[in-house]
Amino acid sequence: MTPPAFSLVGLRFENIDKRYGGLLALRAVSLTIQPGECVVLAGRNGSGKTTLLRIAARLARPSRGTMSFSGQFSGEEAAAIRPGFVAHATMVYDELTAEENLLLFSRLQNVPQPGNRVEALLHEVGLSDRRSSLVRTFSRGMRQRVAIARALLHEPSVLLLDEPATGLDPQGVSWLAEAIRRLRDSGRTILMSLHGESEISSLGTRAIRLDAGSVAADTRTGATFRSILTFADA
Amino acid sequence: MSLLSNTGALLGKELRTEFRSRELLTTTIVFILIVIVLFSFTFDPTSDESRRFAPGLLWLAFLFASSLMLQPCFLREQHNDTLSALRLSVSDPFAIFLAKLAANTLFLLLTELLLLPLFAVMYNVPVVPVLHWLVLVFFLASFGISIAGTSLSAISAQARMRELLLPLLMLPLLTPILVASTEVTKSLFDRAPFVQWKGIGFLAVFDVVFLTALWLFGEYLLEE
Repeated sequence: MTPPAFSLVGLRFENIDKRYGGLLALRAVSLTIQPGECVVLAGRNGSGKTTLLRIAARLARPSRGTMSFSGQFSGEEAAAIRPGFVAHATMVYDELTAEENLLLFSRLQNVPQPGNRVEALLHEVGLSDRRSSLVRTFSRGMRQRVAIARALLHEPSVLLLDEPATGLDPQGVSWLAEAIRRLRDSGRTILMSLHGESEISSLGTRAIRLDAGSVAADTRTGATFRSILTFADA
Repeated sequence: MSLLSNTGALLGKELRTEFRSRELLTTTIVFILIVIVLFSFTFDPTSDESRRFAPGLLWLAFLFASSLMLQPCFLREQHNDTLSALRLSVSDPFAIFLAKLAANTLFLLLTELLLLPLFAVMYNVPVVPVLHWLVLVFFLASFGISIAGTSLSAISAQARMRELLLPLLMLPLLTPILVASTEVTKSLFDRAPFVQWKGIGFLAVFDVVFLTALWLFGEYLLEE
């Protein structure tokens, strides 16, 4: 089954628990994220942000509860939805060049005209002139650019970003903010974990703070939005 | 169709990264070379002794070397969490296993065929007249070793003490392959060589059973 072409996709977490051995990383998390929302996940280290994102990406299975995609598509199409995911780790091969990495993942995802798509993305992330260099020769920021390009290859309807600005220089952060703005304005659903206020967090239309695996605050309004990001209400 | 195209793309990646670094091939070839040469120097076997013991030695060396070769198979995917990227990208997770076991079989087969002439010279066993049968045994056994080893590598990569776990799980499981391939090779090195069909049939059945199990349950081995 092929995933639906770009469509509005929401996420629904219902009573999610995630347990790692004796540690309860998420406790009874219930959230509905509407299609097209740009949600900022805030919270201290170990609050469960990464776990929630990995469950949304279907890389981790909840110990209890369910995660599903909502929208105008069939159940089979929903099963084929592939979110774009930028994680802590770069999720690209150090032993391949930037271009080889992107070509590999575009072929795996049946991206039409992969050569053109890779070319365009390499240009967009500013790595055209380093396309033939092995990723292991890159700085952390350059690796992060390859990681972001990999996540955007198949033009996903849902984008999951786990501290996406890690390692990026100020120019890189501005570029990323602009890219997220374009994706948000085109109707993509974005769920991103961030620390503190930044150019990127200002793009959010909703802020959720996790505390010890539970939803501690959830808002769409200005003042509370800022306080969630800065922990002023914690 | 997407299973085949995904497998092809991933196999290309496996071959490219290995032929670029040659880490696995070099280590495995050197290991087997050391075992074959040391054993020959230590025991200096006669031609008759070689016919009896050399097949066992050869397959033991291949088996231990394969545990070295298969160790990094999924461990390398942990480094940058590329396994998650693969799981997010492929439509059928079996493609990840198929590509890895095809690459591992190819690397093992290549190693075995490269070292066979040296083995024949050092142990004075005639391999040329039975070469086509040897290649068949090498293929069936290497495929079986790769299927079991690749599956266990996926399990051990997520465990603590992962470096120790793979040989501990793999070597006992592959004892039937060791016995069958040694018996078939011994019959081929006989003064009057013959093909032991029972052993070849056993290797083929082992491969089919383990490949089917991997196809059915492989997806669960990749989960967190």
